[in-house]
Amino acid sequence: MDFLYNHLLTSILFFPVLAALVILFLPKDEAKLIRWTAFVASLVPFALSLVLWFNFDKSAAGFQFEEQYVWYEALNSTFHLGVDGLSLTMVLLTTLLTPLALLASFSISEKVKGYFMLFLFLETGMLGVFLALDLLIFFVFWEIGLVPMYFLINQWGSANRNYASLKFMIYTMAGSLGLLLAVQMLGVAFGTYDLVALFDKWPYAATLANVALGGMSIGTVKTIAFWAFVVAFAIKVPVWPFHTWLPDAHTEAPTAGSMILAGVLLKLGAYGFLRLVLPLYPMQAQQYAWALAFLAVMAIIFGAFGAYGQTDFKRLVAYSSVNHMGFVLLGIAAAAKAAGTTDAHIAMNGAVLQMFNHGLSAAGMFFLVGVIYERTHTRILSELGGLFPLVPVYGGILIFTSMASLGLPGLNGFISEFLVVRGAWGPLPGFTALAMIGLLFTGAYILKGIKNVLHGPLNEHWAHGEHKLTEISLREVLVMAPLMALILWIGVWPAWILDVINKAVVRLF
Amino acid sequence: MTTELLIWLIPLPPVLAFFLIVLFTNRSKALSHTIAVGAALLSWAGSMVVFFRAVGEEHFGEHPFASSVNWLPTGDTWFKIGVSIDPLGAAVLFFVAWTVLMIFLYSVGYHNFGQPKGDHDRAGLPPHGATVTDEHGHKHTVLSVEPMYSRFFAFIGLFAFGMYTLVVSDNLLTMFVGWEIMGLCSYLLIGFWYGKPSARAAAIKAFMTTRIGDVFMLLGIAFLYKATGTLTFSEIFTEETLGVLANTKTFFGLSAAGAIAILLFIGTIGKSAQWPLHVWLPDAMEGPTPVSAMIHAATMVSAGVYAVLRMFPLLTADFTGHGLTTAMSVVAFIGAFTALFSATIAVAQNDIKRVLAYSTISQLGFMIAALGIGAYIAAAFHLITHAFFKALLFLGSGSVIHGMEHGVLHTGNHHIDPQDMFNMGGLRKKMPITFWTFLIGGFALSGFPIITAGFWSKDEILADAFAHGHWAVFITLAVAAFLTAFYTMRQITLTFLGEPRTKEAEHAHETPWTMTAPLVILSIFAIGYGWVGIPEHFPVLGGILPNWFHEFVGGTLLEHPEAVEFSWIPLGTSLLVALGGLGLGWLVYRNVKSPAEDRLQIPVLKNKWYFDEAYDFLFVKPAYWLSETFTYLWMDKGFIDGILHSFGKAAAWVGDAIRNYFDGPVINDFIADKLSHQWTIHPAARAVRKAQTGRIQQYMLASIGVLFVVGVLVYYFLLA
Repeated sequence: MDFLYNHLLTSILFFPVLAALVILFLPKDEAKLIRWTAFVASLVPFALSLVLWFNFDKSAAGFQFEEQYVWYEALNSTFHLGVDGLSLTMVLLTTLLTPLALLASFSISEKVKGYFMLFLFLETGMLGVFLALDLLIFFVFWEIGLVPMYFLINQWGSANRNYASLKFMIYTMAGSLGLLLAVQMLGVAFGTYDLVALFDKWPYAATLANVALGGMSIGTVKTIAFWAFVVAFAIKVPVWPFHTWLPDAHTEAPTAGSMILAGVLLKLGAYGFLRLVLPLYPMQAQQYAWALAFLAVMAIIFGAFGAYGQTDFKRLVAYSSVNHMGFVLLGIAAAAKAAGTTDAHIAMNGAVLQMFNHGLSAAGMFFLVGVIYERTHTRILSELGGLFPLVPVYGGILIFTSMASLGLPGLNGFISEFLVVRGAWGPLPGFTALAMIGLLFTGAYILKGIKNVLHGPLNEHWAHGEHKLTEISLREVLVMAPLMALILWIGVWPAWILDVINKAVVRLF
Repeated sequence: MTTELLIWLIPLPPVLAFFLIVLFTNRSKALSHTIAVGAALLSWAGSMVVFFRAVGEEHFGEHPFASSVNWLPTGDTWFKIGVSIDPLGAAVLFFVAWTVLMIFLYSVGYHNFGQPKGDHDRAGLPPHGATVTDEHGHKHTVLSVEPMYSRFFAFIGLFAFGMYTLVVSDNLLTMFVGWEIMGLCSYLLIGFWYGKPSARAAAIKAFMTTRIGDVFMLLGIAFLYKATGTLTFSEIFTEETLGVLANTKTFFGLSAAGAIAILLFIGTIGKSAQWPLHVWLPDAMEGPTPVSAMIHAATMVSAGVYAVLRMFPLLTADFTGHGLTTAMSVVAFIGAFTALFSATIAVAQNDIKRVLAYSTISQLGFMIAALGIGAYIAAAFHLITHAFFKALLFLGSGSVIHGMEHGVLHTGNHHIDPQDMFNMGGLRKKMPITFWTFLIGGFALSGFPIITAGFWSKDEILADAFAHGHWAVFITLAVAAFLTAFYTMRQITLTFLGEPRTKEAEHAHETPWTMTAPLVILSIFAIGYGWVGIPEHFPVLGGILPNWFHEFVGGTLLEHPEAVEFSWIPLGTSLLVALGGLGLGWLVYRNVKSPAEDRLQIPVLKNKWYFDEAYDFLFVKPAYWLSETFTYLWMDKGFIDGILHSFGKAAAWVGDAIRNYFDGPVINDFIADKLSHQWTIHPAARAVRKAQTGRIQQYMLASIGVLFVVGVLVYYFLLA
C-alpha cells in the first residue's frame, strides 16, 4: 500500500493503459467481458483519485504528491507530476466521467475491443495533461489525447465522421504548432522544461540566454509566445471564432465520445490557460485581458445564438458548450486583468468551478441526447416532440440536467456563473453586461430543446408498434445518477469543492 | 426549538415533499397529496409560530431573528448565507403560509381526487371526463381525475419551497435562488398540460420574459456585491453603507444606490409582470387554476414586490424627502402606468381568469407606484391584502370553471368554453358559497368602503400620494381604481347575476368542500385583514383598533415612517371611484346578453394594445433570424468555416500544383525516369550487375574489403 501511496499519481495515470493492455489479450468476441473489464478497471483510477482527494492538504502551498523521474536527460526534461487544487478537481472530474462514459458505451457492439482500449488510452492522455509539471510532458500528453479521440470519432461516429474527425485533428494540431515552438523557446532559453522552475524564471526574465531574438525586444517575444499559447488553448476550449470544429466533432462522435469531449477535453484548453498562460505571462495576460474578454463574450453570445439556431438536438447541446466555456474564459480574463485582488479570486473560483460543472452537465446532456438517439435514430428536433408521456423518467432527468445547464439557482451551474459575473463586474463591467445577452439566450435554447423533445402534442410515430419508444433503462439511469447527485450537491453546498479551488486560486492568482 | 432553527426549517417540508413524490410516491395519488398537503401544513405551522413570536417581541425591528452560516469561500473571506425574519418578513410569511396552505388543499378538489379515471385522458392534457354507469344502468359523464395528479403536488411543493426560501433569506443571493426556482416552477406549471401547444408556448413565454428581468437583476446583485462586499441585508442597510452608495456616482447621473436599485427593479418588472414585461402573466392562465392563484397571489408576483420592499432602503438611499430621485421616479412611473394600462385591458376581456390576470398586473402597479413615491407601509399593506383577496378570486374563478365543466359534461357540448363569462350568468343560485366568497373578493379588489381589506390598503396608497403631492400618481391610480371597480362588477354581474345564458350554466354545480373551505377561510382575511391597518386619524373608526400594521412593519426600516395626515380628498376619491365603478358596472352589464351587446369590446383593448404582436415583430422574429441565419448560416457555416475550408483548399491546391508541376514533370519524368533510369540507373545497374556473380568467394573478398575500410575510418575518426 505504501508503494501505491507514494506513487499515487503515476498509478492513476497509467492504470488505464495497463487495463487496455489486459484487454488486448482478451478474446475479441467476448464483448461482455471486455466491457466489464474496461468499466471495472476505470473505477480504479477513480477510487485512487478519491484517496488523493481525501489526503490532499488544501491548506498547503505548492504541489503535492509530486513524483519526478528521469525522462529525457539531454533536454533536461523530467517526468515530473504533481497536483494542486486546480489539477485535483480536474483529475477527479476525469476519473469520474470515464467510468460513466464507459458504462454509457455498453451499447457499442462493433469493434468492441478497439473501442474500449482507445477509451482507456484517452483517459491516460487527459490525466497526463492535468498532472504534468513539465512543459514537454504536458505537450506530449496534450497530443496523445488527440489520437484516440480521432479514432473514436472516425470509427464509431455517424454519417459525416470523416470530415469531423479530420477537422478536429488538424485544427487542434495546427494550434499546437505555435505552442510547440513557444515551448521549445522556453526550454532552450532556460535549459529546463520544469514548470516549477519556469514559473520563477520566465515571467520576469529581462533577457534570454541561448536564444537569438532576431532583433526583437524581449517584450515582443513574450507577446508572440503568449499568443501562441493562447491560440493553442483557445482552439481547444474552444473560444469563438475557433469553435466551429466542435459542433461537427460532437455531432458525429459516439455518445460516450461526446461526453468525454465536452466533459474533459474542452477543459484541457481552459486548464492550459490556468496552468500555463496566466502564471507564465501575467503581464501579457493583463495587457490583453480585454481581448480575451472580448473573445469570451463573443463565445457566450454567439454560442447561445448558435445553439438556438439549431435543428439538431446534439448540435444544440454542442453549441451550448461554446456558450458555457465562454464563462470560463471570461473569469480567466477578469482574473488576469485584476490579478491579486478579491475580484480576481472570485472570478477564478467561478471559472474553475464552471469547468467542473460544465463537465457534469454537458456530459449528462450529451448522454441524454444519445439515449434518445439510440432509440429513434434521429436527432432532428422536429421529428421528436411530445415524448414526455411516453418516457416520464427520461423526461424528468432531461429537465433536471437541462436546468443545470441553464444555470438554475440551486443547481451547480448557477454558483459558478454567478461567481464569474461577480468577479468580472469589477474589472470588466462592459463585457459582463454584454454577457447577459448570452445568459438570456441560454434560457431560450434550453427551453427550445425541452419544448421540441418532451412537450407539445404527442408524436404518434413513437407511441406504437415497432417505433414505440422505450423508457430509459436502469443502466442509463445509473450513468446519470452520480452526475445528478453532484449537480444538486454542488448547487446546494458548493463549499466542499470550492474551498479546495479557492485555496489554490488565492495562492496562484 | 429556537426560533432561528425553526426559520431554517420552514422551507424544507415542501421541498422534501417534492423529492419524495418525484422519487417514490408518484404512483399513489392519495399518498402524494397527503405528503404535499402535510408538508404545507408543517410549513404553515412553523410560520405561524415564528409570526406570533415576532409579534410578541419588543422592538422587533431592531432585533430581528437571524442566523447565518459560511457558504462560499471567496478569496480570504466567506460568503455567508442565512435566514432572517424581521417585521416585514414576518408579515409576508403570514400571508404566504395561509395562501399556500389554502391552495394546496384546494388543489385536491380541483384535480378531482376521488373521481374515476378518464376514458381517454392522457398525461399532458386536461382531463376530459369519465363515463360511469349508476345502479339504474344509466350512463353519466362525470369529471375525471387529473392523470398527472401526483406530479402537480410535487411541482407546487417546489414552488412553495421557492417562495419560503425567498422570504426567510437574509441575503440577496439565496433570495435570488428562491426567485429563480419559482421561475422554473411557473414554467413547469404553466406548461403543466404540455400537450397543448398554447400551454407550451405560454410556459416558455413566462420563463423567457421573466428571465429578461432576471439577468438585469443578476447584474444588480453583482454590482451591489462588488460595491459593498456583501449581500446580506442587515449589512447593506446601515447608514454608513447606504451613505457611500448614495454618494458614489455612476452612469446616467445615477448614484450607485440608484443604479443598483434600478437593475434589481428590472427583475421585479419581469417577475411582477409590470409594463413592459407584463405580457407573460395573462398567458400564464394556461396552467391549472390553483397555479394561477399560486403565481398571482401567494408566490411569484408577490415576490417581485417583496424584493422592492426589501430593497427599499437602497431605492431611497439618496432620497432627501423633497422631489423623487431618478430611480424612484422610474419606479413610480412604471407602477402607475401599469396600473392604469392593464386596467384598460381588463375591461374588454371575456375570459374569467384573464380579467383577474389583468387586475393582478394593475394592482401590482399600485404597489410599485406606492414604493416609487416612498409609501413603504402602504405598499406592504396592499401586497398582503391583495394576496388574500386575489388568491380568493382565483380559487373562486377556478370553482366557477369547475362548476361550468360539470355543466359541459352534463350536456356533452364541448364547444362551450367554460371560462367565457358570456356563457355563464345566474350562477349565484347554483354555486352559493362560491358566489358569496367571490363577491367578497371582488368587493375587496374594488375597494368597497370600510368592510373590505382592499379599501384600507388602496386608500392608504392614495392618501400617501395625495399627502406628498404626487398628483400625477394620485390621479392615475384613482382612474385605475375606478376601472378596477367597474370591471370587477362587470365580472360579477356577467358570472353570477341575472339568469343563466347557456344550458351548461343551468347545470353548473357547487364544488366539493376541499374547494369551498379555502374560499371561506380566505374571504375572512379578505375582510378582516384590513382592520389591522386602520389609520389612527380616520374619522370615527380611527383609534378604536390600533394601527398595528403601521407600527409593526414600519419597524423594519431604520427610521420609522410617519403616518400620513388625514385628508378628506383622497378618502372621498376612494369612496367615489369604488362605489361609482361598482354601480356603473352593474348598471351597464345587468342586461348584456352577449359580447355583441358589450360596447367596450374595442379591438385595441381586446388585443391588449397589440403588445404581443409588436414584441413578436421587434424581438422574437429577429432573434430567430439572428440565431438561425446570421450566427449559424452566415457567420459559422459561411464565414468561419469558409476561411477554414479555404485553408484546406489552398493546401490541396499547393499539393496538386507540386504534384502536377514539380513531382510529375520534374521528379518523376526528369529525375526519376530520364536522369535516373535512362541515363544513370540503367547504365549503373548494368555495371553493378557485373558484380553480382553469385560466387561466395567474391562476396567474401568484397566484405573483407569493406570491413577494412570501415576499420580504417573508425580508427581515423573516433579513436585517433
